[in-house]
Amino acid sequence: MGKTLSEKILSAHAGHDVRAGEFAVACVDLVYVQDGTGPLTVRQLEKLGFKTVSSPQRSIVFIDHASPSPRQELSNDHRLLREFCRRTGAILSDTGNGISHNVASEDYINPGEVVVGADSHTCTGGALCAFATGMGSTDIAVAMALGHTWLRVPETWKIAVAGTFPKGVYAKDFMLHFIGTVSADGATYKALEFTGPAMESLPMSGRLTISNMAVESGAKAGLFNSDSVTKAFLESLGRPAGYRPLQADPDAAYEKIMNFDVSTLEPMVACPHFVDNVHPVGTVEPLAVNQVFIGTSTNGRLDDFRVAAAILKGKKVAPGVRLLVTPGSRRTLLDGLADGTIQTLAEAGGIITGPGCGACVGVHEGVLGDGEVCVATQNRNFKGRMGNPNAFIYLASPATAAATAITGRITDPREFL
Amino acid sequence: MDKLKGKAWKFGDGISTDHIAPGRLFHLRSNLPELAKHVLEDARPGFASIVQQGDFVVGGKNFGQGSSREHAPTIIKMAGVSAVIAKSFPRIFFRNCINVGLPALIIDTEKIDEGDELELDLLKGKLANLSKGATYTFPALPKAMANILADGGLVEHIKKHGDFKLD
Ligand code: SF4
Repeated sequence: MGKTLSEKILSAHAGHDVRAGEFAVACVDLVYVQDGTGPLTVRQLEKLGFKTVSSPQRSIVFIDHASPSPRQELSNDHRLLREFCRRTGAILSDTGNGISHNVASEDYINPGEVVVGADSHTCTGGALCAFATGMGSTDIAVAMALGHTWLRVPETWKIAVAGTFPKGVYAKDFMLHFIGTVSADGATYKALEFTGPAMESLPMSGRLTISNMAVESGAKAGLFNSDSVTKAFLESLGRPAGYRPLQADPDAAYEKIMNFDVSTLEPMVACPHFVDNVHPVGTVEPLAVNQVFIGTSTNGRLDDFRVAAAILKGKKVAPGVRLLVTPGSRRTLLDGLADGTIQTLAEAGGIITGPGCGACVGVHEGVLGDGEVCVATQNRNFKGRMGNPNAFIYLASPATAAATAITGRITDPREFL
Repeated sequence: MDKLKGKAWKFGDGISTDHIAPGRLFHLRSNLPELAKHVLEDARPGFASIVQQGDFVVGGKNFGQGSSREHAPTIIKMAGVSAVIAKSFPRIFFRNCINVGLPALIIDTEKIDEGDELELDLLKGKLANLSKGATYTFPALPKAMANILADGGLVEHIKKHGDFKLD
């Protein structure tokens, strides 16, 4: 019997063959924290009595959530994290460098690796065919100190996606549709493998969007095969040596196989206050919006901003609407400056912020007012997510967000294509 | 472990870590006693001031969904809660509960009403509903997690064994 991607990767890291349902101790190739979870990790390491980390050059501290810091408490957390990096030799990805998952995928993660991070969206790395999953601060403290962690090898669902994406419909729309179909806890504990022509044809940016949101269906990991797209991505970033082809065995045992066809898919929107409250944009009441937010670990890559810029070029953001544009990483900012994308978005009225999580988690840079409505490209719309439990967040693709910014109402992007 | 006894506080389906430890209080994460004063505030304003030592948080489906912030189960525990009980939990929150030494029990919570007196016997794997004269069982933890919980959490577990003890 063949193996799933998760079984292959975890077997290689456990040092013996493991199968779905088994428990294993697996060594980890990359461990990271961010500024919301990292201070607790540092304190837990102290409590545990660990003075060093097992692999400093593969341990990263990202300052991305409150970046730059809006208040003294968080500035002090940042000091603690910087001091930790000085002391242990762990890598510091400081203010302005970008979101952990974006930077990790661009600069660190290779196919076949095990990646754990103190952030639920660590599953983003699955797009590069890594077994990447999120954990809490203490688990990550132990993984940093010991260089390994315990895992239950997950059962895998094969998500076979056929067809070609229609104009105006993107990876984000597919993933919202998927989550709406299986529900927010439908795939709890499972690993997802995204395959089929529609997934193979996706550029890395689209794969990263999908893997990023795997956790919103409850999944532990969301993986893609390592193929020519993976190879080209690593080459474009100057890391060709990290590439190796990796696929699930044809006779791997799947707990479930789900078939989708994107050919008839429409732009989708997740309505407040749950990610699985998903509807085609045409059926959502065209509410007036106060804020549109394009960015995040879900949709803060150059391809995303290009899609938005193509729609916003020569147009203006509707009066009374704030359009926030937050590049996911410094690389994205620089590339977007170089090719004019950022210029276009700024000319349309976009507010360009520094790279980081920005408004996503309600810390700063776009906290919503009471009763306000926001269309955002992020992955979560829970009550209070953007800093105010009395506000309403709709999740959508960068295209839908851009179209909405122009009209000031939740809008089908195909009207502008 | 002694029997834990207290009252049930009911919450709905899909309570997220944003309900439990809101993002707007991000700056309090290094000040857990202060953050604990806001526990579950966005699901039930004022909860921290009404919950009593030993009480139970009783949720619906997917209790604790969302972010990996361990601060969420930590402040539930700091509020004196004996255990969280729900129809289902997402994996990160569930693992975090065990790591911070907060029992998380999977039970059909339709049978429990707000205010019911509950008594938990972790060793026997039984939850008694004293108000209804009923007893519920819940699935045993995998051995790896049971060991961590029995040691009082992951920090104590690692201090005691030097590594994970899976069996
Ligand atoms: S952008 Fe949002 S979802 Fe992504 S890591 Fe940052 S806070 Fe989390």
